[in-house]
Amino acid sequence: MEDNGVEHILSYPKLVAVLCVLFGLTAVTIVVSRIELGILNIWIAILIASIKGSFVLLFFMHLKYESRLLKMTFVGTVVCLAILIGFIFWDISFR
Amino acid sequence: MMVDTASSDKVGVKLGMWLFLYTEIMLFGGLFVLYAAYYTRYTADFIQGGKSLDLFMGAFNTIILLASSFTVAGSITAVRRQKKKMALGMVFTSIVFGLLFLVNKYFEWGHKFEIGIYPGSQTLKQAGHGKSIFYGLYYVITGLHGLHIVIGMTLLSISFYFIASNRVHAERYVVLENSGLYWHLVDLIWIFIFPLFYLIL
Amino acid sequence: MTDAPSYLETPSSPKLKGIWAWLLTTDHKRIGLMYLMAILFWFGIAVGLGLLIRVELMTVGETIMSAETYNAVFTLHGVIMIFLFIIPGIPAILGNFLLPIQIGADDVFFPRLNLFSWYIYIIGGIFAVISLFTGGAPNTGWTFYVPFSVQTESGVTFTVLAAFILGMSSMLTGLNFITTIHRLRTRLMGWLQMPLFSWSIYATSWVQLLATPILSITLLLIVIERIFGVGLFDPNKGGDPILYQHLFWMYSHPAVYIMILPAMGIISEIMPVFSRKAIFGYKGIVASSLAIAIAGSLVWAHHMFTSGMSDTAVFVFSLLTFAVAIPSAIKVFSWVSTLYKGSIVMSPPLFFALCFIYLFSVGGLTGLLLGAAGTNIHVHDTHFVVAHFHFVMFGGTAFAFFGGLHFWWPKLFGQMYNFKKAYISAILLTVGFVLHYIPMLILGLQGMPRRYYNYLPQFETGNFFAGIGAFLMVAGMAFMFINLLQGLLKGERAPADPWGGTTLEWTIPSPPPLHNFSEPPRVKSYPYDFSDVKKKKSAHGQV
Repeated sequence: MEDNGVEHILSYPKLVAVLCVLFGLTAVTIVVSRIELGILNIWIAILIASIKGSFVLLFFMHLKYESRLLKMTFVGTVVCLAILIGFIFWDISFR
Repeated sequence: MMVDTASSDKVGVKLGMWLFLYTEIMLFGGLFVLYAAYYTRYTADFIQGGKSLDLFMGAFNTIILLASSFTVAGSITAVRRQKKKMALGMVFTSIVFGLLFLVNKYFEWGHKFEIGIYPGSQTLKQAGHGKSIFYGLYYVITGLHGLHIVIGMTLLSISFYFIASNRVHAERYVVLENSGLYWHLVDLIWIFIFPLFYLIL
Repeated sequence: MTDAPSYLETPSSPKLKGIWAWLLTTDHKRIGLMYLMAILFWFGIAVGLGLLIRVELMTVGETIMSAETYNAVFTLHGVIMIFLFIIPGIPAILGNFLLPIQIGADDVFFPRLNLFSWYIYIIGGIFAVISLFTGGAPNTGWTFYVPFSVQTESGVTFTVLAAFILGMSSMLTGLNFITTIHRLRTRLMGWLQMPLFSWSIYATSWVQLLATPILSITLLLIVIERIFGVGLFDPNKGGDPILYQHLFWMYSHPAVYIMILPAMGIISEIMPVFSRKAIFGYKGIVASSLAIAIAGSLVWAHHMFTSGMSDTAVFVFSLLTFAVAIPSAIKVFSWVSTLYKGSIVMSPPLFFALCFIYLFSVGGLTGLLLGAAGTNIHVHDTHFVVAHFHFVMFGGTAFAFFGGLHFWWPKLFGQMYNFKKAYISAILLTVGFVLHYIPMLILGLQGMPRRYYNYLPQFETGNFFAGIGAFLMVAGMAFMFINLLQGLLKGERAPADPWGGTTLEWTIPSPPPLHNFSEPPRVKSYPYDFSDVKKKKSAHGQV
């Protein structure tokens, strides 16, 4: 059983920095979407969204400073969803 | 060590909240399964559909939600530093941003309804299968997301009241933390909805 | 040991009086009993519906009901059995009562959420009743396949909403149990000191948590389709009905593991006690429980081999389905190995457990026939499938549930029941079961479709005998419940440990007091250590 001692407090400057990163990435994803990259477009969009999401998770949602259990179960859930989406393509892609 | 009242175990309460968030991820996940399948089948129509959505509105809503996540996170810092007024201000701002998001959504949807784009409409029928599915998914996903914004705003309002009445303070802020987690999740889901609908150009 | 009053006499808060001491309780033991009553109520109704089905099928053509009524009866039978009995069943009743005690805790982590989950269950049941009055009973089968579920005028909307609400109860229970196991295990109760029933509840809870939301969104989509006609599954609007099936089975296959994992947990508790010997392969059983939970989430499309999905998908899902059989087989092997060279004492719980092992194995083997894509085409949607899932869900889960009731009845109520009557009821039930479902296996192989109101004349004999079996089964179950009830009213007082168990629930009084442990629980380093269980003269409760 883990017991957090004094929990880590995120300072305002740090929060602002994260927000700036998020705004920046939003701008990037919009700009990149206007460049014709064919099939890559959607994957890059998902990649940038994942990076943005990671910042929200790790800092705003404090996951970076949480227990290994929380980190592992979060990753596990995402993997579970990825498998469900992925496995559907055994059907969709081969009809 | 046996915990007498489990509610005094903050780590446990937080674990419970995260577990609940996982169910929300899987809930929207089902819709993303559908999106993935239909995007593959109707790629050209989805691209056309993406172009027909209002990029400015979508981007603006993205910025609003990101900012509201910032203010929610800031409110926790404020509570823990015993800055009650700052905390109240931050939570209030988050709620206002949520409201702004909903207002934007109302105008976006309203505009689409006006030009005949809604489930079961003649316009959609004539636009073909791909467009019909694109907009069907658009309405269902953003609709469910909007419902979660309302739930999130409710939780934040309760937190606002608790901070104001000193039920939430530097030694006891788990309700605010968990409401915040819920709000961040709503932001997180939008972070994926935005490119999948507005940026496949 | 103090003589504290039992939980049956003690409200969870002294302010609660009368009926409110139950309806507003936060005591996991009382909540477990409230689930027992509600769930057995719905079980009775669903058994009645099942009996009606089998009576109708006993003769060719119309026997006692019209075709439309028949569709509604088998739909309701399935919906009630699955969402109101089997999925909540063991976790909500026995899990609620025993999990905290087995891990040395005083209650679950979120007691008020626990009560809330019970109310959600009750509301879900009410919605199911309302559906009968909003367009009539649903007639789509419990699987609600599109397009019929979207187009039919029967009360599908409310039925589906009922299932949605019941799903929330299931999810929240899973959430509660996961948190409980992570945060409230007593000192020295490490993961490898936890009893196997608790482990099975843990694995089940994860499936409940992660799979149920997929069902929730699928059911919501049906309601949205019925009301708004969005067309996400409608080929006329570009939709793909097979995607509905994918989404539906992404939950409903893991759901069967929600059903069977706790049942297997019960068997893993019963076998060592009545062999007076440690369970064979404790770690293997733990690993196989987790493996079943994970691998079971990868095989859903084996319900869809004939749906029109791609051959590649058929191949992949068939292959994975065979893989899932392996961890289940590991368990069967472990249970039987536990008996080997054990000091076996026959008892009603053991009898039910042995029947479980046989019936579940038959069900599992028939599953292989279904999992192989080629043979599946011959038996899909026939009575072979119906027999298969009844072997595993009824012969499996329900028998384990009955065994668990007989095992823990003395703990729940402090009363013993009559053993002879228990054996008679179990034998009646098992004989009836076999007479009922084996003909169905044959009828299915011969080509009799499921969910059909009528059938070809050559199937009549098999159906007739199956009907006789149905009556025997129901008689057996009725006798069983009457015996348990008589035990409550006039049975002998049960001691704390009537069987010679090693897990923590047997160290506290029968029935337990409100606060489970008056002194800190003494955790063994291995949960199935029988070294200091004295041999009793007989297992017949006479200590």
